[in-house]
Amino acid sequence: MATVEAHRVRAGRGTELALLVLALAIAIASYALVGLGATDELPADVLGYGAGMTGLALAVHLVLRWRAPYADPVILPSVIALNGIGLAMIYRIDLAREARGGTEMFAGKQLALSAVSVVLACVVLVLLRDHRTLRRYTYTAMVVGLVLILLPLIPGLGVTINGARIWIRALGFSLQPAELAKIALAVFFAGYLVTHRDTLALAGPKVLGLQLPRVRDFGPIIVVWAASIAVLVLQSDLGTSLLLFGLFVAMLYVATERLSWIIIGLVMFAGGVAVATATFGHVAARFHIWLHALDQDVFERAPGGSGQLVRGLFGLASGGLFGTGWGQGRPDLVPFAESDFIIASLGEELGLTGLMAILTIYLVLCQRGLRTAIGVRDGFGKLLAAGLAFVIAFQCFVVVGGITRIIPLTGLTTPFLAYGGSSLLANWIVAALLLRISDDARRPAPEPVGELLTTPAGGTPLDEDARNPVAVAGDDQPTEQLRRTSGGGRA
Amino acid sequence: MNTALRRLATVVVVMFLALLAGTTWVQFGQASALNNDSRNVRTLYREYGKPRGPIIVAGQPVAQSTPVDDPFGFQRSYTQPELYSTVTGFYSVVNGGSQLERSMNDVLTGQADSLFWSRVQDLITGAQPQGSSIELTLDPAAQQAAVDALGGQQGAVVAVEPSTGKILAMVSTPGFDPNALATHDTTAANAAYQGLLAADGDPLINSTTSENYPPGSTFKLVTAAAALESGSYTPESVLSAPDVYTLPGTRTTLPNFGGSSCGANEQTTLADALRISCNTAFASLGVDLGDEAIREQADRFGFDRADLTVPMRVAASTYPEDLNDAQTALSAIGQESVRATPVQMAMVASAIANGGSLMTPYLVQTVRTANLDVVSEAEPTELSEAVSGTTAQQLTDMMVGVVQSGSGTSAQISGVQVAGKTGTAQTGVEGESPHAWFTGFAPAEDPQVAVAVIVENGGSVGSEATGGRVAAPVARAVMEAVINP
Repeated sequence: MATVEAHRVRAGRGTELALLVLALAIAIASYALVGLGATDELPADVLGYGAGMTGLALAVHLVLRWRAPYADPVILPSVIALNGIGLAMIYRIDLAREARGGTEMFAGKQLALSAVSVVLACVVLVLLRDHRTLRRYTYTAMVVGLVLILLPLIPGLGVTINGARIWIRALGFSLQPAELAKIALAVFFAGYLVTHRDTLALAGPKVLGLQLPRVRDFGPIIVVWAASIAVLVLQSDLGTSLLLFGLFVAMLYVATERLSWIIIGLVMFAGGVAVATATFGHVAARFHIWLHALDQDVFERAPGGSGQLVRGLFGLASGGLFGTGWGQGRPDLVPFAESDFIIASLGEELGLTGLMAILTIYLVLCQRGLRTAIGVRDGFGKLLAAGLAFVIAFQCFVVVGGITRIIPLTGLTTPFLAYGGSSLLANWIVAALLLRISDDARRPAPEPVGELLTTPAGGTPLDEDARNPVAVAGDDQPTEQLRRTSGGGRA
Repeated sequence: MNTALRRLATVVVVMFLALLAGTTWVQFGQASALNNDSRNVRTLYREYGKPRGPIIVAGQPVAQSTPVDDPFGFQRSYTQPELYSTVTGFYSVVNGGSQLERSMNDVLTGQADSLFWSRVQDLITGAQPQGSSIELTLDPAAQQAAVDALGGQQGAVVAVEPSTGKILAMVSTPGFDPNALATHDTTAANAAYQGLLAADGDPLINSTTSENYPPGSTFKLVTAAAALESGSYTPESVLSAPDVYTLPGTRTTLPNFGGSSCGANEQTTLADALRISCNTAFASLGVDLGDEAIREQADRFGFDRADLTVPMRVAASTYPEDLNDAQTALSAIGQESVRATPVQMAMVASAIANGGSLMTPYLVQTVRTANLDVVSEAEPTELSEAVSGTTAQQLTDMMVGVVQSGSGTSAQISGVQVAGKTGTAQTGVEGESPHAWFTGFAPAEDPQVAVAVIVENGGSVGSEATGGRVAAPVARAVMEAVINP
């Protein structure tokens, strides 16, 4: 080993704090401006709200200082900013609803749900000391994921809302189990692929210059494909179906580095959707609405017409380049303005400029997640981080693309922004997992584990790594392990 | 795996670029199409969110936006709707708008292209954008006289200043109360709207611009003009005027009104034929002139124009194409399928009054921004040279004869020479009383007002009606209101 330059690794907690101040300023200012714009006075509870959001942000920040000091400093502020902007918009729609005599208020519930989600995220950060622990639960995660996805199909438990059977209702709570399923499935895919990636990457026949995988390795992709087509047909939910399959194909590609898997995946999915469209009326209807949204008969058809989509487009259009300003538009004219269509609401009041800023925050968040995947040294962590980061990006794409008519509209919610407990909860857990993995990725060297080692005050023993290999369950990445020990840069 | 991860990161960037492109397309590219979509209620809400410019007659607002305490912020209110509903139309959250509220919408909301700089100023100074006001050419006295004279009869009155084309009166009865439609209580507004749609006499329709009637004998002015312009006729030219005229190529006979004779030896002069409104003389004159000549003259008076706006669109009055001689004979006396709006007949009188020069009629004199800067001021323009000055003078003299000693004596005003022409138009519907017409101008030597009046289906006297008996008094009242204020 050559001389290793000693340099201090920046943990980034100071940067995070500074960015948090900025994120909180955006969140609290948005909330205040909503009140000023809609009713000409500051919201009565702006101080309480500000204190609440600050408290949540600080709680995670302190937990990170305590348990994940090297975690990525940009992830948390991005999430806080998105959550705050979402809350402000939900409050804004409450005000509109109140003005029309409505009584159902969402902002308070969403703030409470944010608090619960943050607590849960903290619990994840505190209890899950090493993300590799999750690999032990690869097949448990598979079962949990599949059960969660299938739950809405159980009679008496599942509820059909807006034509999609993706909700369950029990004990007075509604839940969108697919949101939680995506985490379980990301864990399963990561665990499965890291073990089998070598086999899956083996070359098979070459067709038209494309190196295809071996036929016998098609098993897993067919299973996932069948599951996602089943979701599409049985639950009429193109969004979850797309999300599930997209996640798998992306992770499969990362694991094998074989382009052919992506092409195979896209062809299979397109074929499946085409067949489902031809066979099942409700799937075909979704495509018809997408392509002919502005036709009068499609617009007027209720339920199942394009009314919501087109009203969302009207909202976006009226926002124009700079938007009407917080509290000055009419986002309440769009059905589900606070959940599925919150992007249309934000586009109306903040304009194209505001929407671009929000999309950029998402992009930054996802890229930090992917950066974590590149930085982390174990294969499982790489795949899990990549999967989780991609799932946020892909969900954004599916939702915003649906609202702007790039793709057919689906029933997914916008991560962190939209009203909805399941979505908020699941995405905060995703954020916590990304933070946890990023801590590992950015940590200068493996932390001593167990009581075996007591570091002398003056420094660490030179042979520490040799004496104390990190106890990792089933790590199959010896080369990268080596790289870590050599590149650790210790004094 | 890192190569694949970097590629995945690129894919994510591409996905977000697609989203940015998509939002740009919706919020910028398609924005104006979506905002103009009739199903987009936001545009309406936005219009209501700021004060709409008032409509002003003689310095007094007759339609204005008043602040109200509801989500819209402003509600349209109309003063003297009984006088002005024909012109203002209505402005309703539920049912859109009509008449000036509709055709001047861009200006009233402040969104017109001509108001671009004013909007930029508002943007810079931070002033709340407001709609512009429009000041009308209407004369309140003439308007009042028209409404009073029509009374409960269904009909229409248009008065024009011949030298400029300013519309001095525009009334279509029955009128309606636009306040009932402007209410933000959508149920009430809808009920009022449905009630008006179902009501007798189509109160929501402005018959002066939108209704095409058979002009009857008032059209003889056009036929007479064509004869004089042809150079082959003078007012003293002798026309054949049988008591009963057999339409060429048919066995159908056309009698004179009331079966009367037009003159000795079944002959009369052009001037006398117009004075007593002799059908047979004009029918045979029409056949002699030919349908081409009459159509050309009609077009010079403004017939067959679909592009006239005052600024409400005026329905095209029509002189039919490809007529045989029998049809030409009937068309020459304003029957068959000749159709004219009251505005059109006022234009005929106005052109004759103005020495043959037809001025484009208009309603909006001045457009001002909310801070009273003049945006535009109407300039009188000539629409066409309808007849020569000589022909105009000859027609004027003939029309004076109509009021002095012919069919239009009840249009006389003491001390003022009035020129006019009556009309009693068969509607073509069995059992329906004829429409009573009068069109004319005064004073004959220095015309200040040209007017066209129609009282539908004979008004209060029904089948006994003639233009002279029913419509002429209405015209007289309106002309008097302008001349002797």
